[in-house]
Amino acid sequence: MNGIHDMGGMEGFGPVKPEPNEPPFHSAWEGRALAMNRALGYAKIWNIDKSRAKIEEMPPHEYLTKTYYEKWAQRLEQLLIEYGYLGTDEMKAGRSLRPGKPVPRFLPAAEVNKALSRGTYSREPTRPARFKTGDRVRTKNIHPHTHTRLPRYARDKVGVVECVRGFHVFPDSVAIGAGENPQWLYTVLFDAGELWGDAADPKSKVSIEAWDPYLEPA
Amino acid sequence: MAGHDHDHHHHHDHDHGHGSELSETQLRVRALETILTEKGYVDPKALDAIVEAYETRIGPHNGAKAVAKAWADPDYKKALLADATKAVGSLGFASRVGDHLVAVENTPKLHNMIVCTLCSCYPWEVLGLPPTWYKSAPYRSRTVIDPRGVLKDFGVTLPADTEVRVWDSTAETRFIVLPMRPAGTEGWSEEKLAELVTRDSMIGTGLPKPPGAAS
Repeated sequence: MNGIHDMGGMEGFGPVKPEPNEPPFHSAWEGRALAMNRALGYAKIWNIDKSRAKIEEMPPHEYLTKTYYEKWAQRLEQLLIEYGYLGTDEMKAGRSLRPGKPVPRFLPAAEVNKALSRGTYSREPTRPARFKTGDRVRTKNIHPHTHTRLPRYARDKVGVVECVRGFHVFPDSVAIGAGENPQWLYTVLFDAGELWGDAADPKSKVSIEAWDPYLEPA
Repeated sequence: MAGHDHDHHHHHDHDHGHGSELSETQLRVRALETILTEKGYVDPKALDAIVEAYETRIGPHNGAKAVAKAWADPDYKKALLADATKAVGSLGFASRVGDHLVAVENTPKLHNMIVCTLCSCYPWEVLGLPPTWYKSAPYRSRTVIDPRGVLKDFGVTLPADTEVRVWDSTAETRFIVLPMRPAGTEGWSEEKLAELVTRDSMIGTGLPKPPGAAS
């Protein structure tokens, strides 16, 4: 969806403000919110793209004013409610009002390292890659109303395939419950001028990671 | 922080009075943990262990170790650039790297920067949790259109003829920058070299510390 999350190329947000010696968490609740997200992510009730999509659906004014972990906490609550694991009445009451549904994969303390390790998103290819390194490609001018990982600034642009990354789970599909539908994934490199016009820095290039359905030959 | 009384999907926020946004969120997160524990979805001890891991074991010191090793050992550098997942995996960090880590090398002619314009994708296993600025609108919006301007916010100015290459992390591929080894560090041990490797130098918004700055 053409949401507020798709920020590449926007202006007006001001300078980047690094914080010297930033701690991992600014407050204890942030750590709890993160840890609950990780534990429930490990539970495999939903997938990572579904959880990204949930944050993207947030109204723009909320997205811009809530902090990162506020969004994570809200996202977790909403996903649990959507999947029938939590009731709004329970959040209101502040306690459990009925037994929980079985979790597909519970995370015990002894196995936390497993949840800290990333899984793999590559799958066994079922067909050869359509493009190879060096091929010129044009990204499609698509505007799906659901989750996509093709940023707006890189739509309908000509670039060069720099690397074939493998055959990967397709976010546009898995985020809407339509299965993993794996696709070839490429690194596609663009000259800044192709993306930003004549005023672009001539000594700058930008790449995206693009799945095959985002691309056509150029 | 702006106020949040304008739109809530859930309805109890005002039950807690008109406390600060932080305390409202605090209460809500606490309630959520209580409920999830009561329902048997999470083990609070597992949550403790996750927090503890990100506060202590999983951080930029891991990435710095890989970078320093690449500086000191040409074979390891070759391996890291060929397959960072495998090369970093061999160092035995607490959080096993997923299958899709890629190391990109800075040279006098090329400077790499990592961003995620769509969310906040970041190589957690080697750099720990992303800093707030990495997740912020200013960084995510401007890096792809004005990378040199963003570098200026970090006090970094590159030679005009150095190409800036921005990697937008739009898939599960994760990137770590292999910065250039500072001059004047010939013969240094990996441990000493690692002290020069900053987190920002591995994101591409900074450069390694000069040798005089090592502790």
